[in-house]
Amino acid sequence: MSATAARPEELDDATRPNYLNVSHTIKSWLLTQDHKRIAVLYLVSISFFFLLGGLAASMIRLELTSPRGVMLESETYNKMFSAHGIIMVFLFLVPSIPATFGNFALPMMIGAKDLAFPRLNLLSWYLYMIGGGLILAALLMGGVDTGWTFYTPYSSMYSSGHVVLAIVGVFIAGFSSIFTGLNFIATVHKMRAPGMTWFRMPLFVWAMYATSVIIVLGTPVVAITLALVAVEATMGVGIFSPALGGDPVLFQHMFWFYSHPAVYIMILPSMGVMSELIACFSRKRIFGYHFVAFSSLAIAGLGFIVWGHHMFTSGQSTFQSLVFSLISFVVAVPSAVKTFNWMATIYKGNVDLRSPMIFALGFLGLFVVGGLTGLYLASLATDVHLQATYFVVAHFHYIMVGGAMMGFLGALHYWWPKMTGKMYSDNWAKIGAALVFVGFNLTFFPQFILGYLGMPRRYHYYDFAPQWQAYNIMSSAGASVLALGYILPAFYLLHSLKYGKPAGRNPWGAVGLEWQTESPPDTHNFHEIPIVTHEAYDYAAVDEIEHAQAQEVMKKEAHMGSDE
Amino acid sequence: MFNFPLRPEAASTFAGQHDLLFGILTVLTIVFSVPVMILAIIFAVRFRAGNKVDRSRPSHENLKLELTWTIIPLLLALAVFGYSAKLFVDLRKPPKDAMEIFVIGKQWMWHIQHPNGVRENNELHVPVGVPVKLTMISQDVIHAFYIPEFRTQYMVVPDKYTQLWFQATKEGEYMILCNQYCGTQHSEMVGKVIVQRPDEFQKWLADGGRSMRPKDRTMVESGEDLYKLYNCANCHGDVDTPRGPSLYGLFGKRQQMTDGTTVLADDEYLRESLLKAEKKLVAGYIATMPNYEQELSEEQALQLIAYMKTLGVQKPAAPAAPAAATTPQEGNR
Repeated sequence: MSATAARPEELDDATRPNYLNVSHTIKSWLLTQDHKRIAVLYLVSISFFFLLGGLAASMIRLELTSPRGVMLESETYNKMFSAHGIIMVFLFLVPSIPATFGNFALPMMIGAKDLAFPRLNLLSWYLYMIGGGLILAALLMGGVDTGWTFYTPYSSMYSSGHVVLAIVGVFIAGFSSIFTGLNFIATVHKMRAPGMTWFRMPLFVWAMYATSVIIVLGTPVVAITLALVAVEATMGVGIFSPALGGDPVLFQHMFWFYSHPAVYIMILPSMGVMSELIACFSRKRIFGYHFVAFSSLAIAGLGFIVWGHHMFTSGQSTFQSLVFSLISFVVAVPSAVKTFNWMATIYKGNVDLRSPMIFALGFLGLFVVGGLTGLYLASLATDVHLQATYFVVAHFHYIMVGGAMMGFLGALHYWWPKMTGKMYSDNWAKIGAALVFVGFNLTFFPQFILGYLGMPRRYHYYDFAPQWQAYNIMSSAGASVLALGYILPAFYLLHSLKYGKPAGRNPWGAVGLEWQTESPPDTHNFHEIPIVTHEAYDYAAVDEIEHAQAQEVMKKEAHMGSDE
Repeated sequence: MFNFPLRPEAASTFAGQHDLLFGILTVLTIVFSVPVMILAIIFAVRFRAGNKVDRSRPSHENLKLELTWTIIPLLLALAVFGYSAKLFVDLRKPPKDAMEIFVIGKQWMWHIQHPNGVRENNELHVPVGVPVKLTMISQDVIHAFYIPEFRTQYMVVPDKYTQLWFQATKEGEYMILCNQYCGTQHSEMVGKVIVQRPDEFQKWLADGGRSMRPKDRTMVESGEDLYKLYNCANCHGDVDTPRGPSLYGLFGKRQQMTDGTTVLADDEYLRESLLKAEKKLVAGYIATMPNYEQELSEEQALQLIAYMKTLGVQKPAAPAAPAAATTPQEGNR
């Protein structure tokens, strides 16, 4: 990309001040306005919530190995899957990549010193923590038994759990993402370095931009919807409950108006990460850059008009269902386009199979299955059978855990050297990636079959259908492997902090601006504002000489071969 | 020890069509996913750094190629959509001669009532080979009535009738599940459909289901009792009175409302007018009728509607189900 020369007076890496060691007090961390420090705060807190959500998931899987739940009471079980869903969706998946890696990398990738509103960024983290704290309090005080979807009138009139407290938590955490989204949009518009035109922006930045648009437009709707549930539950104002004169299905329309696009909030950032990883480790420009960039925007736009496919069996009119089904089929196309473009990028690349690339390949496999199984649910006639069964559970886990989580891990492994200045063990990372991939498929593939067999989601017992047990056992066994794959990185990554080799500026030989500054960067990212003269992913220019040399060698060898 | 079934029994006319569509989608999924996975691995290994392979002409754009892989998936998607939509439209239109049964969902049981008054809980007896239409409503939260072996389900919503129809093709017992999370004992809100030969079903129905005998009253008769109990005829006689419009011959007709709209007098409208009379007023009338929301159960509302449907059609009460030709009274004693 650009060509900021290394500063000759550069200090030795160990003594050079950087954003991590510039100050050490707790106060300096809690009051920081540095986007990179805030990213680290998010990484730590999000990992904590992921661990909690994961524990709840393992309880669910353990319980379902027996057709007659023996470990938990029904009520406890219901609270367990609700806790799993609420934590994972609102406190892990939605903020995961944008709040950590968006925060960390986006300003550097466009050559900015920080986000447009550093104080707002810090406030976002506090809102996230307050929201998370309230949700945690609701869970500790006795839990919520509504599921993460909070469907009315159950949530507003019948549930005995701490629904209102949890909803207030989600509401506040929602503002955290709204502010982050606003911050990214303003930053991308106003803070790009000279020469960083829109079409020179890395695709991760495009993905973050599209994601932010969804967040800013969608999150207020779910916030208000949940606030209305709280109003109905506490003041008895009839909005959703027919007993009070409300409409029970109205909630679902408002809820999915956000929550379907929210799936794209979870997966688009991951797609952005993939474009970075695949370009970097194939040493090639992303094939069809414009198509990939615009498909992000297409997904963001179309994602808003498919929500009705969650309600094919709710009594909405047949015509409505037909329209929503049609658009849902169409929204699959931009995702397919991205996949083909990534494949074409790898083709004739110079592929470096290090661990981030392994995560990227794993993502491709899981994302394709997750995306295509979405068609079974977009399709009206099959949805009538599969709606709300384990087929749906498997499908959205392939997208949200397979896709979003692979993206998160890929991003973590890609930017870790930049964040910490240290290299981790690539071999252990590959083992981790393999465990995640195998464990994931073993956990969730059987659930497609369970869904076809008719097992409803959120069921605690299935003693009337013992034929479901074998698949449940497979799924639970897979979950153990998956858990191992998730825990492993904690060890080698933390190990690398102390014992890892120094990473240097650019351990992957990548071309993004963030790789031109030191690892870890200093507080202001760049010593001087970079000037961008090339398009993103201009690996060809970098590798031209190397490539020519390789061709020479090949010719020589061929020549020698023919001589003999 | 374990068996690994790949699909549930197909026991309705729709199940076969569903499985065919499911198969088509599965073939498409394999056609699009397996090559991607295999090629990803082949490309990654073949073009790995250090491998001496031809990397010439690395192209970054190819409009024709991009359009091809945009348009082909789009066309395939549209084709599947069309086929699936056709099946769905059929599935949402019950045949005219379908036998009607009523379902009330509540935490945590399925309550079912046959037109002749026979009630069952968590069991649904139906004849094989006869289209059956379920009219469903919930008494509390949203449930979903789901029969995997028939490949069909529909939400059961409070304050609103929803419908589901199927035609069973095999005798036997199949699962009824609640497929919309509804609270603590959601997982235990299960039951079974019992599909019988039509003559056996008639015998069962006439016999009052053995376990739950009708109280000598069909749904229409119970409705008539309620009609008398609440003195409905005071205002709603065989002709319009200044107090209220006549209900005779009302069902299935369009009514002019005070606000100028016309409303089809269907189950949904009759229920609303019974429970919340002031919501929609027939042109020329004012809101004098009390709301019966607090007094009538969902079951009684269904019985009253069943009676109202017979008004002005032909007395005595028409047999409610085509298959229920035997008059229920005969079989009762």
